[in-house]
Amino acid sequence: MKTRWLFLRLSLLCSIVCAVFVLPGRAVLAQGQDRAPEYFQTDIQYGAQIFATQCTACHGTSGDQIPGVNFRAGQFKRVVSDNDLRATITNGVPGTAMQPFAFGASELTGMVSYLRNMSSFDARGLKVGDAARGQALFAGAGNCASCHAVNGKGPRVAPDLGDIGTLRTAELLHRTLIDPAASMLPANRPVRAVTKDGKVINGRRLNEDTYTVQLIDEQERLVSLTKTDLREFTILKTTAMPSYKDKLNAQELADLEAYLLSLKGVK
Amino acid sequence: MNQSCRTTFLLLPALLISFVLRAQVTPERLLHASDEPQNWLTYSGSYASQRYSLLKQIDPSNVKNLELKWVFQAQSLQKFETTPLVVDGVMYITQSPNDVVALDPRTGRAFWVYHYATSPAARPCCGIVNRGLAILGDTLFMATVDAHLVAVDAKDGHALWSVKVAEPAAGYAMTLAPLVVKDKVIVGVAGGEFGVRGFISAYEAGTGKQAWRFDTIPDPDQPGHDSWRGSDWEHGGGAVWMTGSYDPELNLTYWGTGNPGPDFNAAQRLGDNLYSDSVLALDPDTGKMKWYFQFSPHDPYDYDSVQVPVLANADWNGSPRKLMLWGNRNGFFYVLDRSTGKFLNGKPFVKVNWASGLDANGRPIATPQPAGVPTYPGIQGGTNWYSPSYSPRTGLFYVSTWEDYGTIFTGVQAEYKEGTRFTGGANTAPIPGADNPGGIRQGPVNTYTEALATGGVVALDPKSGEKKWKFAMHDVNTSGILTTATDLLFVGGREGYFQALDARTGALLWKVNLGGDVIAGPVTFQVDGKQYVTITAGNSLFAFALRE
Repeated sequence: MKTRWLFLRLSLLCSIVCAVFVLPGRAVLAQGQDRAPEYFQTDIQYGAQIFATQCTACHGTSGDQIPGVNFRAGQFKRVVSDNDLRATITNGVPGTAMQPFAFGASELTGMVSYLRNMSSFDARGLKVGDAARGQALFAGAGNCASCHAVNGKGPRVAPDLGDIGTLRTAELLHRTLIDPAASMLPANRPVRAVTKDGKVINGRRLNEDTYTVQLIDEQERLVSLTKTDLREFTILKTTAMPSYKDKLNAQELADLEAYLLSLKGVK
Repeated sequence: MNQSCRTTFLLLPALLISFVLRAQVTPERLLHASDEPQNWLTYSGSYASQRYSLLKQIDPSNVKNLELKWVFQAQSLQKFETTPLVVDGVMYITQSPNDVVALDPRTGRAFWVYHYATSPAARPCCGIVNRGLAILGDTLFMATVDAHLVAVDAKDGHALWSVKVAEPAAGYAMTLAPLVVKDKVIVGVAGGEFGVRGFISAYEAGTGKQAWRFDTIPDPDQPGHDSWRGSDWEHGGGAVWMTGSYDPELNLTYWGTGNPGPDFNAAQRLGDNLYSDSVLALDPDTGKMKWYFQFSPHDPYDYDSVQVPVLANADWNGSPRKLMLWGNRNGFFYVLDRSTGKFLNGKPFVKVNWASGLDANGRPIATPQPAGVPTYPGIQGGTNWYSPSYSPRTGLFYVSTWEDYGTIFTGVQAEYKEGTRFTGGANTAPIPGADNPGGIRQGPVNTYTEALATGGVVALDPKSGEKKWKFAMHDVNTSGILTTATDLLFVGGREGYFQALDARTGALLWKVNLGGDVIAGPVTFQVDGKQYVTITAGNSLFAFALRE
């Protein structure tokens, strides 16, 4: 993984200023489609970076080196839908040089987003993240490690991010860093429970059903509560995670995102 | 006519009578199945499909004393969707892929297992499942995931005949329990996600010979074809994957049909797309259609209308009327006149925004949502195929629900290729990156939470369409429902609880955690003077009765 990011840095040094980290542009396209799917700038960028390292040897930087295939022009041999595109990338094309690629979901989302928007994407505006610098930010100035663990190393107050690169797209990670409360997934919302005898339990909800709820509390204890024993049970919409919009500059955000995207879990 | 012929001719009626007398389940018994509540003779308990039992041993005062009597563990990790039949002291169930098991209903011990070798060509859309059996005489009938109909001897589990109903490699499958009417076995085909052309067909119970076939998507020579453009009808869907009902007085059998194909890209199939998302009233002797009612014309949301038709006779504006009650996947609760198909009433029973209401004929007033905005109910619907119940005592219709559940639908051009998925959709949850409750199996952890969907059971008054009560569940509800003559309501749920409620108020009377999702309906029966209630959860079938 490190190799890929190192290579990315080298191959895409042309990064300059840009409006990349303003909120996501919703790009276009969808030939023959009833309603256009949404593609986000951050995903397109991520896909561009992967494309530069994995695809250009055969397809060329403009995506038109294979006869009958021209990504910028939206010309494919077999692909109609985005799902077809994902399948072709994942499975390859037997009997051709198109090999299968073992990409995760966020990488595939990036690839599809980029290939669908190659004609309008301007790589000159790209901020290329450095995963190593991002890792340093995670532990240092970003203060992420005060709440989040990575593969079990660190606190459990917030979710372990060891496989966040497979769970979240580049776009979603970006949005979470800019506006964490708005982007927080329902399962990660903090909860507050007060038992009938007045005991207050704050924590992170792990599971819930009609009659019970399971938490990890602030002391990192696994707690299972029966709802009829509670006086209050509140699901909060706020989060202790700060917005990094003004805390980190665009390059630092790109670095942090590059690090998070590199976290693929323990194999 | 020579002497031997004459003798045979004279003896034939006697031979037939003798066969009928020895037969385990006669057509006459099936007509009056609800009058022998010690048994459970059809998938839905009776031809009216009310899933209502006259048994009274378990009642609101003693239901808390229910205890586990036995467990049958299926030899499969597939979803366990079977509804047992119970016939004169023997229980018959199916387990994936297409096994039939005969059990002692008092102990759960097996008499025999029949294993059907399913073709590797089978490709059911949503799990290798089977929902149960039909019986006539001493013969059990099973529809298979590779689209065959199989007759099995109820005494020893040997196959008697097997016929191919449709081509599994083309995406046809069967997951439903057949319906026996008179001397015919009626089935329908699944495959709506593969662009099949759906049909309902009937087979002679004794031989497996096809008696009739009704295509749910009309060809150019059939009425209704003008609801299609060009050749779109050829892959028009209208699959039939849940068991129908039957009214002997009207001699009509009723079947719900599924989505048009491709599921989500309605721009590819202009028109109303008859007879997708409809209920069909057919003559069971000939397969001729008497009437139809389409719930969701030109449906882009996969709102299959395959729900089991529930038949009730009740007062309607001062006169007795033959009603059909229908909690539809599209979120509306309908009351139809089942003699004519006339729309009588319809109201949403969950959050709905795909239509602002229904017009005087029951046609939805469509309100398509802008791109990126969630449509309610979502793909799995306000309910789905889970059997509802109707209690003639309370006069209420009970249905399992998915509440506050939406999907952002995006139609995508689909290319038909035989045997491959033909859905034309790129649909997402309303919260980016969040899990949305799926229609397939759910694990033990709910990560989508109440922010994306909850569920429950609602009791609806057919006269007004209004909710009488609601039993709220944290998770969506995938269970069927059973009501009894003591005003008990039994229901499971995706969380793995099995519950008894007061059918008049919705109050919780008893519950047990069975540890696996319930994706089938409870049944009740009585053997040796003891009333049992059974339910499948996870990969097991659980039987409960009162503590001694």
